[in-house]
Amino acid sequence: MSEALLEVSGLAKHFPAHAGAFRRGAGAVRAVDGVDFTIRRGETLGLVGESGCGKTTTGRCVLQLERPTRGRIVFEGVDITGQSQQDLRQVRRRMQVIFQDPYSSLNPRMTVGEILAEPIKVHGIIRDPAKRQARVRQLLEEVGLLPQHAQRYPHQLSGGQRQRVGIARALAMEPSLIICDEPVSALDVSIQAQIINLLEDLQARLGLTYLFIAHDLSVVRHISDRVAVMYLGKIVELADRQALYEDPLHPYTRALLSAVPIPDPKLEATRERMVLRGEVPSSLNPPSGCVFHPRCPIAVDRCSAEIPPLREIKPGHWAACHLA
Amino acid sequence: MAKLLEVQELRTAFTSASGVVRAVNGVSWDVEEGETVALVGESGCGKSVSALSIMRLVDPPAGRIEAGKVMYKGRDLLKLSEEEMRHVRGREIGMIFQEPMTSLNPVLTIGRQLTEGLEIHVKLDAAAARERAIELLGLVGIPDGARRLSQYPHQFSGGMRQRMMIAMALACNPSLVLADEPTTALDVTIQAQILELMRGLSKRLGVAMVINTHNLGVVARYADRVNVMYAGRIIERATAAELYANPRHPYTLGLLHSVPRLDEPRRARLHPIDGQPPDLSRLPPGCAFAPRCAYRVARCDAEVPELTPAGPGGHVSACWESARLIREAAA
Repeated sequence: MSEALLEVSGLAKHFPAHAGAFRRGAGAVRAVDGVDFTIRRGETLGLVGESGCGKTTTGRCVLQLERPTRGRIVFEGVDITGQSQQDLRQVRRRMQVIFQDPYSSLNPRMTVGEILAEPIKVHGIIRDPAKRQARVRQLLEEVGLLPQHAQRYPHQLSGGQRQRVGIARALAMEPSLIICDEPVSALDVSIQAQIINLLEDLQARLGLTYLFIAHDLSVVRHISDRVAVMYLGKIVELADRQALYEDPLHPYTRALLSAVPIPDPKLEATRERMVLRGEVPSSLNPPSGCVFHPRCPIAVDRCSAEIPPLREIKPGHWAACHLA
Repeated sequence: MAKLLEVQELRTAFTSASGVVRAVNGVSWDVEEGETVALVGESGCGKSVSALSIMRLVDPPAGRIEAGKVMYKGRDLLKLSEEEMRHVRGREIGMIFQEPMTSLNPVLTIGRQLTEGLEIHVKLDAAAARERAIELLGLVGIPDGARRLSQYPHQFSGGMRQRMMIAMALACNPSLVLADEPTTALDVTIQAQILELMRGLSKRLGVAMVINTHNLGVVARYADRVNVMYAGRIIERATAAELYANPRHPYTLGLLHSVPRLDEPRRARLHPIDGQPPDLSRLPPGCAFAPRCAYRVARCDAEVPELTPAGPGGHVSACWESARLIREAAA
């Protein structure tokens, strides 16, 4: 087992909520509420869950784009929580992000070449302009674009090409960790597979480590070594890919997997679906005990009273369920 | 079974800064009574514009329906007056959109939005309309309807709003509901709830449905017949069972192979479709898929292939090389 590149422990992020005309405090939205995980060097950890489960906030806390309310984030052996902006600049070189919508994260007034050259210049990675241009060409090639794309503006590119630019920009900093926040969910089906293959190739070639945040369970299974499932600010299950998909221990994971339609009419005709009751409760006022208990098909009395801790039920397979 | 809707050689185009965009470029398809038909394809393939054209909701001057017929219960909807068309939209054909928040009126109560159509199109009085509205909310699984009627859309969650849209679409007992990406904006577990609800209601009330989607899984479970669209044309049509078992167009084949599947062992690599989606204002003279196609021959660049028989149950495919596809599949 290789060393841990990122260790997150006890991470919580609460946002103050306001209500009424005078914006009086109305409690806190517990977007992330006590999350622990590690990512080993070179692996991909998938983080799945539905909207509002806290997966994106978790990613933003790791990047220190949000200051966590509680918890520790140790990256490359250094605790980065509470570091100054100055120190964080160095950290951010080693830790980059790819966003869902490349269109809104690329400056529309800059050419692709400028977008890629700027961070290299600002961070003083390559000071010589000619060498910088050579690096831009190399980055374009690395993500499957052509040298002439450097002269184009983001709006002249297709969605898939824009996401390639987003990836090239992340690579420009020579990071060890890339947080991929829903990197393919805004793309067409036929293009998604291109981007996923590209991410896998880059990982193999450059030894990258990914935190892959997504809601699409099939995509997450494909790309991840290990997978964490989040629900209402908490990790409810964490395991190796195969264990999680073939032997899910948490009823929420089972429901999620059963909800994914499979492109095969014969199979679907006989497949029973486990349709969950109700909707995800508000993280402003999460349910008592296990946060999943109001929707859980197997909940017992204990579930509404006692918070189930994330326990190691089988080696390397963790679940937060009293009944697992 | 009788044909409820027949779209014939429909063409809809938009004028944009980059030229004329042929969003729907001569498509013919139909829906039988009580049947669920899917239009499947990626963004820009023409599935949404097809639905909007049927409802005559394509806005001039930028957009116009250039040619074709939309036969609904024997009448061509494209020939109706605006007044008659309003009646069709209110009463005969319901529509469900992808983003319920933008299609509900934020300043009207849920109750008002449900009863308005009932009062205008079914001529119910206020009390009867209210009763029917409560019944409709119950039908789509929103409990406590009487209280809900006085609430506003922002007080509903995403899934509830989509249930509300379904209730509105079904309010006047339509024979057909057009659902444009009805669950794309929703979470997986809520998607499952909404799709099961739609299927249940369609069966119970005998309503025919058209589902537009890019999700091949959704199609497999919920559609009887499937039309696959690419660049404004239908490139393959079959029953759902036949399409998934024997895809006969390289694009359909490519789509099926490019998605990872939960029911299959994990593959080492995905097989994407090469290249980029086409620019609709600069379509090639031949098959629009040719530049991305692994089966491309010289003829593909010169001539647009027509839909030709490719299998049982009305299976058709528009590909010059479909014979080769069939041979390879058999081998």
